[in-house]
Amino acid sequence: MSFSVTEPTKGTKWFSGILVVIYAVITIVPLLWIIATGFKSPADSIAYPPVVFFEPTLEGYVNLFTDRTRATAEMLEEAGPPQTWYEEIARERGTVISGPSRYGERFLNSVIIGFGSTALCMVLGTAAAYAFSRFRVPLKDDLLFFILSTRMMPPIAVAIPIFLMFRNLGLNDTHLGMILLYTAVNLSLSVWLLKGFIDEIPMEYEEAALIDGYTRFQAFYKVVLPQAATGIASTAIFCLIFAWNEYAFAVLLTSGTAQTAPPFIPNIIGVNGKDWPAVAAGATLFLVPVMVFTVLLRKHLLRGITFGAVRK
Amino acid sequence: MADVTLSGVSKTFGADTALSDVSMTVPDGSFVVLLGPTGAGKTTTLRMVSGLDKPDSGTVKIGDRDMAGLTPAQRDVAMVFQQYSLYPHLTVRQNLEFPLKSPILKTPQAAIDVKVGEVAEILQISHKLDNKATALSGGEMQRVSIGRALVRNPAVYLMDEPLSSLDAKLRSDLRIELKNIQANSGATLLYVTHDQIEAMTMATHVGVLDNGKLVQFGTPREIYENPVSVYAASRLGQPRINVLPAESFGGAPNGAVNIGLRPEQIIQGEGEDSTVSRVERLGDQTRLHLIFKGHDIVTVTDAHTRLTGGDIVKIRPRNPHYFDADGARVA
Repeated sequence: MSFSVTEPTKGTKWFSGILVVIYAVITIVPLLWIIATGFKSPADSIAYPPVVFFEPTLEGYVNLFTDRTRATAEMLEEAGPPQTWYEEIARERGTVISGPSRYGERFLNSVIIGFGSTALCMVLGTAAAYAFSRFRVPLKDDLLFFILSTRMMPPIAVAIPIFLMFRNLGLNDTHLGMILLYTAVNLSLSVWLLKGFIDEIPMEYEEAALIDGYTRFQAFYKVVLPQAATGIASTAIFCLIFAWNEYAFAVLLTSGTAQTAPPFIPNIIGVNGKDWPAVAAGATLFLVPVMVFTVLLRKHLLRGITFGAVRK
Repeated sequence: MADVTLSGVSKTFGADTALSDVSMTVPDGSFVVLLGPTGAGKTTTLRMVSGLDKPDSGTVKIGDRDMAGLTPAQRDVAMVFQQYSLYPHLTVRQNLEFPLKSPILKTPQAAIDVKVGEVAEILQISHKLDNKATALSGGEMQRVSIGRALVRNPAVYLMDEPLSSLDAKLRSDLRIELKNIQANSGATLLYVTHDQIEAMTMATHVGVLDNGKLVQFGTPREIYENPVSVYAASRLGQPRINVLPAESFGGAPNGAVNIGLRPEQIIQGEGEDSTVSRVERLGDQTRLHLIFKGHDIVTVTDAHTRLTGGDIVKIRPRNPHYFDADGARVA
């Protein structure tokens, strides 16, 4: 491990501090804008010039989670006074809630497909990376290059063959299909990243475990995996972010049962066309799982590679 | 406990010959030290016995069992690695328990606690048991790695320079401790070092390796007093054996090209003149650097000698070793 021995000057510190602040503002403002829009009324959300200070309302969230129908005065009379706070919000717009929206299902689909493909990718990726790192695999370099080459074009370039293939295999609009697809796309990246991490783990640990009476698989499980945890965690975050945010394939290959949230959110229609507060609310909630996942694994990301007890 | 037999073991790594036709028997209950410089094949020999590497040809037997095709776990060996190889995600205690908890041993927890406590006591690491393995000093790591072998009772212990990064005091403590453990338990121990004091004090047998070949195998005294070659002779003895052209003193046998003189083979005060170039006072002994007919000689003299640089000392050999052009012993 090497540290820089020269302390940065005051000027350098200020300069880099300002750069970081500018970068933070540029990246965070759109995020804050989305979150704010979720709490605006539809009128405020499209007001020009844009409204920065507004009266917050949960209308966007109510609209996100419900289907509503326009109601006449008699219908409203008949229905009686609103039972819940969200019904009240709907009534104010002259609508009644007719049922829950599809957002919950779509969100759940995203969770199943995103985390499912990430988990599968980690299992396959770790096994492949371990083999590439430790065993004499014939044509190892060529295979590794081939694996990497699958990532050299944008995945969507093969959308049409994949679409046809999925149709023939009956994978269109299925959870399994999407999990397999995202796993295939992410696998090359994870094999390469994980191989790097596993290469860093000295062989001596496994050798010690072999001598201590463990089989190779047990040594892998008890000694290599815990030390690769950092690498697995950071790779998993990359995979999850891709699978979670993926839009193009989701539009193309899913429409109903397996549709994920990204193609669903922008198409939420309100009374007067696009319901921007509901779209923003959907986007805000959609951010949460990846954020939680990243924060949970933050420790591993920051810790970097373990510095082991092997003398070099 | 068992003896270990290597017969005709050879191993190459690419173009490098690591071991060539090594045969030796490590008798049951013996403490065998392998000596040789870096690259002589010491570590490779251990790895052959442990099963971490497979010989290209030849067989390794532990007891009467041929080890071919057996995994390290099936061979019932314990090994101390030169690089410690402590499991960094575990505490010291968990590191020491690790072999006892293996699916092969499955030791009950009570027995594990007793054993770990005992070994930690011997190695003076009891106070560190709950530290992370990575939070130790080099010497402590090395002791834990020795401990991880000592908690077991294997057919043979393999140790790869286990004392190399300890300070002098601890090293001499552990030398005695290791020797005691081995002597009391009757364990068979195959031990790699390039420290000749370790070899002389602990070994029942010494194997001298040179470029992958076992050049001599015997008791430390045998190798010291009766080396087969210049190479074997220079492995043991402090200061090292002096090698001069054979005709320097006259009386060399046929075929002898070099004469080898250990300090005790040099009589001072008789014979031919040599010049003192330097006097090194080490406390318990004083080393005399002499120049004799243009050749450097290092010998030992009286600790309180009054000799200084430039003085003349007469020397003559007594029962010297003679070596031929290839370095093999002639007489």
